[in-house]
Amino acid sequence: MAAINRDEVAHLAQLAHIEMSDDELDRMATELAVIVDSIKSVSEAAGDDVPATSHPIPLTNVMREDVVGHVLTVEEALSGAPDAASGRFKVPAILEES
Amino acid sequence: MTANELIRSSASAMAAKLAAKEVSAVELTQAHLDRIAEVDGGARGVHAFLHVNTDEALAVAADVDARRAAGEELHELAGVPIAVKDLIVTKGQPTTAASKILEGWMSPYDATVVKKLRAARMPLLGKTNLDEFAMGSSTEHSAYGPTRNPWDLDRIPGGSGGGSAAAVAAFEAPLALGTDTGGSIRQPGAVTGTVGVKPTYGAVSRYGAIAMASSLDQIGPVSRTVLDSALLQEVIGGYDPLDSTSLTDPSTGLVAAARVGNVKGMKVGVIKELHGEGFQTGVEKRFNESVELLRSAGAEIVEVSCPNFRYALGAYYLIMPSEASSNLAKYDGVRFGMRTLPAEGPLTIERVMSATRAAGFGDEVKRRIILGTYALSAGYYDAYYGSAQKVRTLIQNDFAAAFAQVDVLISPTSPVTAFKLGEKIHDPLSMYLNDIATIPANLAGVPGLTLPGGLADEDGLPVGIQLLAPAREDARLYRVGAVLESLLEAQWGGPILDKAPALAELVKTAAAAKEAN
Amino acid sequence: MSTETILSFEEAMEKYDPVLGFEVHVELNTKTKMFSSAPNVFGDTPNSNVNEVCLGLPGVLPVVNKKAVESSILIGLALNCKIAEHCTFARKQYFYPDTPKNFQTSQYEDPICYDGWLDIELEDGTVFHVEIERAHMEEDAGKLTHMGGATGRIQGADFSLVDYNRSGVPLVEIVTKPIEGAGSRAPELAKAYVAAVREIVKNLGVSDAKMERGNVRCDANVSLRPYGQEKFGTRTETKNVNSLRAVENAVKFEIQRHAAVLDSGVKIIQETRHWHEDTKSTTSGRPKSDADDYRYFPEPDLVPIVTTAEWVEELRATLPEPPAERRKRLQADWGYSDLEFRDVVNAGLMGEIEETIAAGASAAAARKWWMGEIARRAKLADVDPAALGVTPAVVVEIEKLIAAGSINDKLARKVLDGVLEGEGTPAEVVQKRGLAVVSDDGALQKAIDEALAAQPDVADKIRGGKVQAVGAIVGGVMKVTRGQADAGRVRELILKTLGVEG
Ligand SMILES: [Mg+2]
Ligand SMILES: [Zn+2]
Repeated sequence: MAAINRDEVAHLAQLAHIEMSDDELDRMATELAVIVDSIKSVSEAAGDDVPATSHPIPLTNVMREDVVGHVLTVEEALSGAPDAASGRFKVPAILEES
Repeated sequence: MTANELIRSSASAMAAKLAAKEVSAVELTQAHLDRIAEVDGGARGVHAFLHVNTDEALAVAADVDARRAAGEELHELAGVPIAVKDLIVTKGQPTTAASKILEGWMSPYDATVVKKLRAARMPLLGKTNLDEFAMGSSTEHSAYGPTRNPWDLDRIPGGSGGGSAAAVAAFEAPLALGTDTGGSIRQPGAVTGTVGVKPTYGAVSRYGAIAMASSLDQIGPVSRTVLDSALLQEVIGGYDPLDSTSLTDPSTGLVAAARVGNVKGMKVGVIKELHGEGFQTGVEKRFNESVELLRSAGAEIVEVSCPNFRYALGAYYLIMPSEASSNLAKYDGVRFGMRTLPAEGPLTIERVMSATRAAGFGDEVKRRIILGTYALSAGYYDAYYGSAQKVRTLIQNDFAAAFAQVDVLISPTSPVTAFKLGEKIHDPLSMYLNDIATIPANLAGVPGLTLPGGLADEDGLPVGIQLLAPAREDARLYRVGAVLESLLEAQWGGPILDKAPALAELVKTAAAAKEAN
Repeated sequence: MSTETILSFEEAMEKYDPVLGFEVHVELNTKTKMFSSAPNVFGDTPNSNVNEVCLGLPGVLPVVNKKAVESSILIGLALNCKIAEHCTFARKQYFYPDTPKNFQTSQYEDPICYDGWLDIELEDGTVFHVEIERAHMEEDAGKLTHMGGATGRIQGADFSLVDYNRSGVPLVEIVTKPIEGAGSRAPELAKAYVAAVREIVKNLGVSDAKMERGNVRCDANVSLRPYGQEKFGTRTETKNVNSLRAVENAVKFEIQRHAAVLDSGVKIIQETRHWHEDTKSTTSGRPKSDADDYRYFPEPDLVPIVTTAEWVEELRATLPEPPAERRKRLQADWGYSDLEFRDVVNAGLMGEIEETIAAGASAAAARKWWMGEIARRAKLADVDPAALGVTPAVVVEIEKLIAAGSINDKLARKVLDGVLEGEGTPAEVVQKRGLAVVSDDGALQKAIDEALAAQPDVADKIRGGKVQAVGAIVGGVMKVTRGQADAGRVRELILKTLGVEG
C-alpha cells in the first residue's frame, strides 16, 4: 500500500474541490501518512472468502408508491441560496473565458 | 421545590410533577432557560448551546399548560424541555452542524425526530454544540468554539456530541438528542457522567440528521437516567418511510424494560479486547466494580473474545471518511450556505466551490474528506473501502459469536476520562483512539448504552460503562442499565452528578479570574 | 466554429471500419421523481417542482420509486435483457452545479437489466443485431441556462442559472455493447437504433419519448480501426445528440473527422464531443483524464432491490406487442406493399392509420388520406401529421361521404379545410358550405345547355366526332357549378345532349 505523498494530496484536494495552500498540502500529507499507516492492517484482515457488508442491518426492496408528496415553494427552495435570479439559483460561469 | 432542585430532577420526575400540576411547563422551561443564561455563556461558560430557542420553547410550554388545564390527554413527556444537537435540522432555528459553511442557514423542513418531539409537545430549548459535522471526540472542532466539561471547565466534554452531554450534565436540559457515528453519544456521556444510547441502526429515523457516514450514523437519546433515555427513545423511534434504512419494528417495550430491574440469570459478556491494556487505571477499576455489581445481582459473567475488534478502528477510519467525503460534497456554495469567491484569478464555479469549501470547512473535516476521497479513488478502492467492508463482516461475526453465548456485552465506554482542552487537538490519531470501544457497535449496527460508573481515583472524573446488545434488542440495554444504575447510585448515595462541582459558582469565579488576568 | 478537417464519408469508409456504441438515457414518465415524492412534470415554473430531497439539502435521504423500478424492468424485458435477481444503487461522484448532491445516484456493478439485444431493421430491410450490455436506473440532473455571452452557450457565458425541477427525474440508461460490422451503414444504424429504443419505450408507455424535450437522449460512441484489425480504435463520446437526424449526422461527422485525424498520423484523443446542430459538427469537450475518477461506492442510504420470478413474470404479462412484431402483423392485415408500409413507418403514421382503420376506413383509404392530403398539409404547417387536428373519425366520415357520392375528392379537400377551421364535422361542413355534389340532372342540363351555347364551335367539333374536346365543356360546367358536379355524369349528359356516342 503506497504511502500518501504531497502530489497525491494535491490531486485528491482537486477531486474533492478544496483549495489548499502549499503549507496545507505539506501538513495534510504528513498527517494522512500517519493515519494511513495506522489503518493499513485492514487490507490484510479479511480474505477473499469474506463478503463485504455495506449496510449494518440487511434490508431489501424498500420502495415507495408513485404518489406525489409535498413541494417547497420557489421562495423556500431559494431561501438558502447564496445568489439567485429569476427564480433560479445563480452560479458563476462554468468555463473560464478564453 | 426550588428552581435549582427542579432542574436537577430526572425527566420522568419532571413529567410526573407536570402531570400532577405541581409545576407548570412554562415554569419548568423558564427554569432551564434561566440555568442556560447562568452557566452557558461568557468567556468561561459551558457553551453547550449554539442557539437558544427562548420564545418558541416558552410558547410550546404555555400551549401545553393550556391544554393540560383544558383536560386534554397529553404525551407523558409533554412540557418536558429538550435540547437538540445542531446536526439535526429544525424549522425556525438555525442549523449549522457547527460549521462555518452553514452559518445562518435555516432549514425549510424538520427532521423526523424533531417532528416527533413537536408532536409530543416537548419545548425545544435550542441547538447544542458539536465537533464540526460531528467529526471529533472533544467538541473542540466546533467552528463556534469548544464546549467545556461541567466537571472541569478546562476539560473536554467528549465529542462529537459534547454540547448535548454537557447541557444535560450541567442541568441546562433534562434531555437532549445526540447522534452517534462512532461513539458521539456514548463517549461524551462517559466523560460527563451522563447516560446516552446509540439505538440499533434503523431504530430511529435519520431523516433530517445531517449525514456524516450514512451506514454508521444513528440518532439517540442523551439523559441523566436510564429510564429517561428509554422514555425519549420511545418518542423518537419507529419506522419512517422517509428513511429507507429505517426498521419497521415498533419502538415500544423500552420503558417497561427500564422498569423491570432484574438481571438474575442473565449472561453478561466481558469483552476481552476492550479493557485492560490501553485503558486508564481508574477506568479499569470502576469497570471491574460494575461487573462485580452485576454478578452480585445474579448475572452470570462470561469472558468473551472479539478478535477482529482490533481492526475496527482502521475499518472505521476508512468507511466513515469515505461516506463523509461523499455526503459533504453538497456543501459547495450553490444551493445553500456560505459562498466564498477565490481571492484571485478567474471566477468560475469550480474555483468558487473550491474556495468556499476551503474557507467553510475546518481542518478535521478537510482531513476526513481527503482521506475518504483517497480511500474511494481508482486503484485504492479494493484495498481500502472494499477491505473495510469485509472487516465489517468479521466484526458482525464476532458479535454474533459473542451473543450466541451471552445476552449483553459490557466494556468501558471510553479508555480515558476527560482530557484537557487542547491536549490532543494536534494529534488526530490519539484523538481517534478515544472511540476504540464504541466504534464496533456502529460498524455492526448493534445498540449501545453508556451510563456513569463512578469517578476515576486518579482525577476524580466520570467513567462510563458501556452495554451492548444484539441488533433490535435495545430493551436489554435498558433492563441491565437500570439495574446497574440503581446498584451504583445506592453505593454513591445518589446520582453521580451530585458529586460534580457547583457549576454556577465555578463559571462565575472562572470568568472573574479570567477578567482579573 | 469548427475548423476540423474531415474526409469524405466514402473515403473514410474505404479506409476504416467503424465501431459504434450508444448510451441512451430515457426519462420515465412516472408521477414522481426517482428518489423523492416531488412531481415529475416538464416545463413548469423553475424550482417549483422540488422538495428538500431534489435540492439535496442537508439531512435528506432518498427513497426509491417502485413504479420507476417496474418501468426499468419493463424496458429491460422489451430489450430482451436478463433481470438482476439482486441489484444495488451506487454513487457516481463529480462536482457540477446541476447535480445537487455533487453525486448522481445510479447503478454501477450490478445494473437491474443486463445482456439484452435488439434486431434493428434499416429502411431497406437489412437487419442488424445490436447487443445491449445493460440498462440501469439513475436520476436526472437539473437544467443550466447559460447567461450573458452571445450564443447562450456555455462558452463565453457570464453566469448560469439553475432550475432543479428536472433534478431527480427517473432515468434508465441503456448501454450497448460495441457494435461491429455496420460499415457504411453506421450512420443509418445509429438513427435506426435510437428510433427503435424510442419506439419501444413509447410503446411500453413508460416514457413520453419526446426527443425534443430530452425524454430520450443519446450519447454516441464512435471509433475507427483499419479493416482487418481486431483491436478497437480510440473512441470519442458525442453528447447532446437529441434528434434522430442529429444522431445520424453526428455519427457520420465523427467517422469523417476520425478518418481525417488518423490519416494525418495523429492519435484520436479519448474525449467527449459536443454536437452542434447549427454547424452540423462536433467540438471537443472535456478530455477523459484522471480527473474522471467517479469514486463509485454502494449507496449507503438505499437498500438493494431483489426481484422475484413472480414479480418479473407479472410485469412481463403486461408487456404490449413488441414493435417489430406489431409492424409485421399490421402490414399483413392491411395488405400494403413493403414500400408502402415502410413509407408509413418512416412518416410515423402507423398508429394513426391503425386507428383510422379501426374506426371503419378501408386500409387503402386510410393510407391515401394520411400519407397524402394530411401529410401534405402538416408539412406546410410544419407540424406532425398527428398534431394537425384531423382525427381518424374525420377521415372515416369523409370517406363515407365520398362513397355515398355526396362529395367528390375535390370537395373532400374543401371539407377538410372546414373541419380544420373548426366548422364542425365533415357533414356539418358540407351542409354549411353547401358543398354537396350537384346530382340534379335538371340543374346540370341547364348548365350544360349554357356551356354549349357559350362555345358553339367546341360543340360542333364534338358533334363532328372529336369526343376528346368534351373536356372543355365539362370544365365550363364544373366552373359554373363551383366544382360541385360529378364530372363523369356531366360528360355523359353532354354527349347525350349532342347525340354522340361516348
Ligand atoms: Mg454514461
Ligand atoms: Zn447516465
